Amino acid sequence: MGWFKRMKDNIATPTIAKKETPEGLWHQCKKCKTMMTAEEHKENLWVCPTCEHHERINSTEYFSFLFDGGKYSELSPKLISGDPLKFEDTKKYKDRLKAAKAKTGLTDAITTGYGKMEDVDVVIACMNFNFIGGSMGSVVGEKISRAIDHCIKYKKPFILISKSGGARMMEAALSLMQMAKTSAKLSLLAEAKLPFISFLTDPTTGGVTASYAMLGDINISEPNALIGFAGPRVVKETIGRDLPKGFQTAEFVLEHGFLDYIVERKDMKAKLAQSIRLFMN
Amino acid sequence: MVYLDFEQPIAELNEQLEKIKEVQTKGDVDVSTTIKDIEKQIAVKIKEIYENLSAWQQVQVSRHPQRPYTLGYIDYITDDNSFIELHGDRNVGDDKAMIGGMGSINGESVMFIGQQKGINTKMRQYRNFGMPNPEGYRKALRLMKMAEKFNIPVVCLIDTPGAFPGLEAEERGQGEAIARNLIEMAQLKVPLVCIVIGEGASGGALGIGMGDKVFMMENTWYSVISPENCSTILWRSWDHKEEAAEKMKLTSQDMLELGLIDGVIKEPIGGAHADPEKAFENVKNAIINSLNELRDIEPQKRVASRIKKFSTMGHCEEA
Repeated sequence: MGWFKRMKDNIATPTIAKKETPEGLWHQCKKCKTMMTAEEHKENLWVCPTCEHHERINSTEYFSFLFDGGKYSELSPKLISGDPLKFEDTKKYKDRLKAAKAKTGLTDAITTGYGKMEDVDVVIACMNFNFIGGSMGSVVGEKISRAIDHCIKYKKPFILISKSGGARMMEAALSLMQMAKTSAKLSLLAEAKLPFISFLTDPTTGGVTASYAMLGDINISEPNALIGFAGPRVVKETIGRDLPKGFQTAEFVLEHGFLDYIVERKDMKAKLAQSIRLFMN
Repeated sequence: MVYLDFEQPIAELNEQLEKIKEVQTKGDVDVSTTIKDIEKQIAVKIKEIYENLSAWQQVQVSRHPQRPYTLGYIDYITDDNSFIELHGDRNVGDDKAMIGGMGSINGESVMFIGQQKGINTKMRQYRNFGMPNPEGYRKALRLMKMAEKFNIPVVCLIDTPGAFPGLEAEERGQGEAIARNLIEMAQLKVPLVCIVIGEGASGGALGIGMGDKVFMMENTWYSVISPENCSTILWRSWDHKEEAAEKMKLTSQDMLELGLIDGVIKEPIGGAHADPEKAFENVKNAIINSLNELRDIEPQKRVASRIKKFSTMGHCEEA
């Protein structure tokens, strides 16, 4: 016999009787760990009131506050990825797509829609990072392409919110060619003299940076967003030493001349609308 | 001669051949029939191996250390003493990994642009292993725009393991440099012919790759990432590179079947390095034929069909 004897069993509460905090009631800031209610966080446009950390959000959230009254019409909602290469790594690409759809309720890594922003007609495309890392495959390219067609047809400005790790490897060269495709389409938008505003959010890297994200008439970003061509890990391995502080942040990219301005999320809509009004005068 | 791992049977036969030739020089026995026999065996072996290359083996051939590089092609393709190399992006410097200049083919001026790899260790470093910095892409763009001004067609020879992922490259906007080239190439008013002569890695390759005609030489690869890096990211290990090469459909034949390129340029048996002149000749013919075809098309039409070609790339479904 030991000196100490446990008088009770470890956990006596049966699983069914457990009292759990309902999912999504609280939010903890990833950066400063401040706790807040999810409602508060949402009201603050998913920005931490304490440290101003801009949480990564997707098209649903951006559209909810960018379009007037959150109202918009989605463009090409039925477009989905095929699996042209029958790609399989540790998982089948088809299964990855299925899982991403189930997890996010989205059809692919971008959503495009048109509506009004401060009463101005706009077309907005917004990438969804939660869908396979916001990777750019054929659907992303085609949706951007069709959104641009819509802009040209109805003479509307185009806003594209990027949030992506780059091209989608499971579509290999087909993904790569989306860089060519979107850039070619943007050249038509430019010929039509319609403004293209590229909004780069955390993170924007790889083939997305090396195509449409850097091609805005004006390029804008959110505070502290990661923006680069090669990912920071790759750059670090290449140069064999630590990266300077703040490397590849929006502030760094602004300083090096590749952004026009950085805007906090609470001012984003007003500033975008004002920029467009000045263009479309 | 450098032999790749799958070329070992050829290496062994060649070794045998050398030994027998030595015997012959001593002159004691007549071995001429044996020599002929082995030579025939070598030819058969090379054909057998090269007609059945796997995707990964093709990647290896594309990186063969004796494979000819961009300047070698240009030297052969252009009229004697006509090529003048042009340097610098007029901004920060001259990128040694991206070369360019004007020369003539049968008396007609052509602007050449391409990534350049080095022929030995020292030169490989000098050329940054064919990985351009932003100034390389900007130099390429400067030369394209100049060609447009003087109505000179542009030929791009692609051979790169990727755009350089360095610190300064990021500071100077590697992404922007490539992106700018894409949108400018889409609207370039002169004929643009692009040929992958070695490695076609990702945005670094596409950055000079949006041609009216895009060709790949037989034993080259072109994709969104190298098979090694694809393996590292998706399988979390280097070991699946062969499988990745297969799955990515990155060979010239695959790319043609996917409709992402316009044609495949044949290589001599045993690869471009086995008979560089033959390889140069095939590339030269492809360039001449393409330029003949493109020259008389109205610039606006040429641009429109170039944009249309790239705009229809991709594979989607409607739910």
